[in-house]
This record gives sequence, structure tokens and C-alpha cells, in this order.
Amino acid sequence: MTRYSYATAIREALREEMELDPEVFLLGEDIGKTNGSFGVTQGLYAQFGPERVWDTPISEAAIAGAAVGAALVGGRPVAEIMFGDFATLAMDQIVNQGAKIRYMTGGAMSAPVVVRMVTGAKGATAAQHSQSLESWFVHAPGVKVYAPSNARDAKGLMKTAIRDPDPVMFFEHKGLYETKVAAEFADSFDVEPIPAGVGRVLREGTDVTIVSYLKTVYFALEAAEQLAAEGISCEVFDPRTLVPFDRAGMGRSLARTGRLVVAHEAPLRGGFGAEIAAIAAQDFFGSLVAPIQRVGAKNTPIPYAPELENDVVPGTADIVAAVRAALA
Amino acid sequence: MTDLIEAPTTGELVELLRRMVLIRMFEEKAARLRSKGLVPGFLHPYIGQEAVAVGVAAALGPDDVLMSTHRGHGHLLGRGADPARMYAELFARSEGYNHGKGGSLHMIAPELGFLGANGIVGGGIPLATGAGLQLKRRGLGQVSVSYFGDGAANEGTFHESLNLASLFDLPVLYVVENNLYGEFTRINEHMRIADIADRAASYGMAGVSVDGNDVLAVREAAAVAVARARAGEGPTLLEAKTYRHRGHYEGDMCTYRPAGELEQWLEVDPIDLFTAALLGDGVLDEDGVAALRAEVDAQLDKAAEWAAEQPHPDPSEATTDVYVDTCGGEALR
Repeated sequence: MTRYSYATAIREALREEMELDPEVFLLGEDIGKTNGSFGVTQGLYAQFGPERVWDTPISEAAIAGAAVGAALVGGRPVAEIMFGDFATLAMDQIVNQGAKIRYMTGGAMSAPVVVRMVTGAKGATAAQHSQSLESWFVHAPGVKVYAPSNARDAKGLMKTAIRDPDPVMFFEHKGLYETKVAAEFADSFDVEPIPAGVGRVLREGTDVTIVSYLKTVYFALEAAEQLAAEGISCEVFDPRTLVPFDRAGMGRSLARTGRLVVAHEAPLRGGFGAEIAAIAAQDFFGSLVAPIQRVGAKNTPIPYAPELENDVVPGTADIVAAVRAALA
Repeated sequence: MTDLIEAPTTGELVELLRRMVLIRMFEEKAARLRSKGLVPGFLHPYIGQEAVAVGVAAALGPDDVLMSTHRGHGHLLGRGADPARMYAELFARSEGYNHGKGGSLHMIAPELGFLGANGIVGGGIPLATGAGLQLKRRGLGQVSVSYFGDGAANEGTFHESLNLASLFDLPVLYVVENNLYGEFTRINEHMRIADIADRAASYGMAGVSVDGNDVLAVREAAAVAVARARAGEGPTLLEAKTYRHRGHYEGDMCTYRPAGELEQWLEVDPIDLFTAALLGDGVLDEDGVAALRAEVDAQLDKAAEWAAEQPHPDPSEATTDVYVDTCGGEALR
């Protein structure tokens, strides 16, 4: 039985979409001849050649901007930002250009690009190679934000992202690249595109809903497992895309549990968890029986020393504590 | 070099003049209408630089694409955009090119391959480069034009884009309009070099400086660059040396300009120079010039009247066109 990793899943989605549509092409730093820093694009240059897989100079603004420009005249580019932190160098092209083109032109033009954002802390990559910047893009009307937590979702959502007529920021947690697909999907990896805005309950429960995405989902599942031993039943809800966000799905879960914990790796202050909490408070107040609890990274840069990184980035214990607070 | 482009016919010469006059009068009228309150936003007048937009456009084919700047009205009109829809956009009306959602800084004319003005200095350069990349992939010999000013040549996007385009032999014509001013500061206070075209050498790219007030010289230099691009020989940096008669924006009093500088440039006004040439060559006579100007004036009166009669956008349009697919409206919440 072949076991597909998260990285393989993204690669297979890219490959399948490139086979389906000749306008789909990749551009980024070292993604072609050298197969990509994390091996995600391995073999695609060999299969599709330099007209479909463009090894660019280290020029993030040009990468993002060229992707947008190509999309304006019929291309379906997928740009890789080797470390999502480097999106700072491409912000104008993403936020002022790609995100707004459709609106500024009154709907006459759009930029169907995918920007792959290699995200998150993965062991001592320190402050400029570890960040979780999704909330910056959530705040830019015109882009969608996808954030899959597992190989199956990564494949299905990448296929959707490439076909999405709008610009998509596709967050891939580098700490998930080698995680394997759940056993339930391992016998077949023919994943259909997964619609944006449809979350998934990863574990059912009755006492508390934990809403989480990307790698933090796994800490939420561990926390749920630990708490189950004490008779506390946690539901884990993964929205899978942040824009659009599955309000209804979260609402159904809150109707069952009445309590909400939001957990993500990005810094707590201004993180997307604040938006999720606000949605719950505004739209599902009637379901809530306890104050909402939020879990996020400390409001610091990501430190280098592993023990410091572990302290800053939230883990299972932080989520367990938040669930207890919600039940207090 | 000159065999790459045929000498313009008499009709084409008159058309070049007509487009330059159209740009000049469009801008003058836009400024007057703004002072009457019809234009709610910024205007960055192109007056003085008309030969660049018209000369470059004359070297292009119908399938080429263009990316412009905050000073983009001339580029649009040079390409043949409809002044009525441009005025409607300036007046923020729903029949404007962008349906009132863009204004001067974001104006498009997609049916002409005109992919947009741009509110960010240097912001359009990577976009034009990417369009060039896609056109190269398509392989039909189309060219992408990137207009920008001397100020944008100091942005990082200039460096990244020109290097990338050169590396991949992209069919892009980079037109830097050196009008001597970046916003309110003279170029010599922003860079040490006299010719921006010199920067092309550092990208292994062809670089040419041309008199940007000579429409035929611009047309010819652009045609050479376009031919190179179509032949797969890569991009060119074409510097057009010109002068911004008005301020950075309409209303700028230009107190930063040295005394006498404007007057010196008015003596080489691109429209006056070209009109004199056509008169001298007998292509037009004084009556012909007067008639041409009167025709353009009447055309613009009609265009502005039509634009002013168009409806304002309905408030419900504020939330349309953010996404193609709003996912049932959820992407907007």
C-alpha cells in the first residue's frame, strides 16, 4: 500500500492539474532542476520541462508579480514562496495588485493565481523562516486563503485552488510535509477537488469544539485524546480554508458542544483565531455556554533555540489548558 | 535599423498628430472638469509626454498588451481607448471603463490589450513581465509593453523584473519615460546617472535612449525593440527623454522647479514640433491643423457630455467583483 505524504499530495495535485490544463505552470526559486527546497515539486521539471516549471532568480516580487501578470493574459500560474516569510518581499504584488485587480477593473479582469506559502515552525529555523502569516492575507479582500492540515485535504484543495478563478494563498505547513495520509484514505489517492469553505469534523465530541487548522490540528487531536481519558469529550473542527470560512459548519459543532477553543500557530494577537471567536460570539452566541478560549503563539518572533521555540509555539498542553478553562 | 519599420504614410502622420492632440486636449479638459467638481479623485496629467505614448503605440500590433502607470491617460488614448468611457471612469460613473471602481489610477481597456494604469510606482513592471512570460509561452509573437517613469527605475521591482525578463528572453518592451521628476524631486537628486538606459547593460539587455518629444524617433526605436522581442531576442529598455509640463498631480504648483526650465521645454513641445514638421513637409496646412484640433475638441466635448450623463454606480455594486466565485457569499463575510 502506497502511503502518500502531504508533500506528495501537493505534488500529485500539481501534476494532475498540469496534465489537465496546459496553461497551468509553476514558477519559483529552485523548484525545477533541483526539485524544490522541500521536494514538493520533485520530478515535475523532468516531466513537464522548462516551459511549465520556471526556475526563477531569487526575486519574490517578480515571482508573485509575474504570476499575476501571466494570469491576466490567460495563464494559470502556481508560484512558490520558498519560505512564506519571504512574502514580505512580494506584498505589493500580492495585496495591491493580484488581490485587487478584479475589483479595480469592475470585474473586467481577474488574476487566478495560486501562491504557495511554505509556512510555520519546523525546528530551529528561527524568526525569518518560521512564521505563520495567514492572517495578513485574510485581511486583504480579493484573495482566498487555503490551509490544509493533511495530505488528502492538501491534494483536494490544491486542485480546487488551481481551478479557483480568484487568487489563492495556499498555506502549506512545512512541519506536515512528511506526515502521511490517514489510513482511511491510503488505499486510494484519487482525491476530487474539495470545495472551499467546507470544513471537516476530524473528531466528534460533545463538550468542547476545538477549531484549528494546519499543524495545530494535530495538537488539538492529541489534546482531545488526553482529555477523553478524563471523560471530557472534544470535537475537533478543521475549517480547511480561512477565506471562505465555514461558519455554518462551526455553528453546527457549537450547537452540539456549547464551548469553543480556537487554536493556531500564528501569534495570538490579531491572529485568525480572533476572527473565529468574533464569528462565534456574533453568530452563535446562543449556543455558547462559556467564554471562548484562544490559543496561539506568544506575541514574539520565533526564537532559534528549540526549547524557546517550543515555548513560543502552542502545543498540546496549551490546548488542554484552554479546554479546561472553557469547562471551568 | 530603419528598414524594420516602414515610413509612415501621410494618413498615419496625421493620425499620430491627432492622437497627441487628443491626449493634450483630453487632459486639459479633464483638469477643467475636475475644477468644476466632476472628478472626485486624483489626476496625474500626461501633458508634455504625448509623443512617447503615441510613438510606442504606433509600433505595436493589435494583439500586444500594455501595462501603464499612475500617469496613464496618454497611454490609454495612444492605444486608441475611448475618451468617453475614460471620462465616465474619471467621473466615477458605471459606464466608465472600470464601472466607477478604479478611476484614473486603475483604468483599463481590455479590448485593446490595455491591462491597466497602476497606483503603485513600479507596481506594474512585474505584471508586464509576467504577461510577457505568458505571451512567450503562448508563442504567437505577441509583445508586452511596460510603461513606467524615472522614479520607478529606483524601485526593486525594476531590478527584479528586468533581470528575470533578460534571463528568459521575454518579449517585453520596457519604456521608461524620463520626465525629469519623481513626484516633487528632480532626477539628479535621486540617481547619479544621466541615462537610465545605461542600466540595461547590467541586465545584459539592449538599452536605448531616445528623444521622447520626437514622436517619429520614439516610433522607430520602439519598432526596433518590438521586432527584437517578436523574434525571440528578448526585452529592451527604451528610455524616452521628455518633460512633465504640469505637476505631479493636477493642482501641484511646481514650486520645486528651477526658473526657466518649463519655458525651455515648451520650446520643444512635442505637439508643436510635430505640427511644424507636418506643416513644413506639406502634409498639413494651417487650415488642416485647425480643423484637426477643432474635430478633437468637438469629439471631447461630446465624450465629456456623454460621460456626465451616465449614472453613478448603484450602492449595491460596492460588494460585487471582489471575487469571481464568492462561494455563496461566504468569501465576502
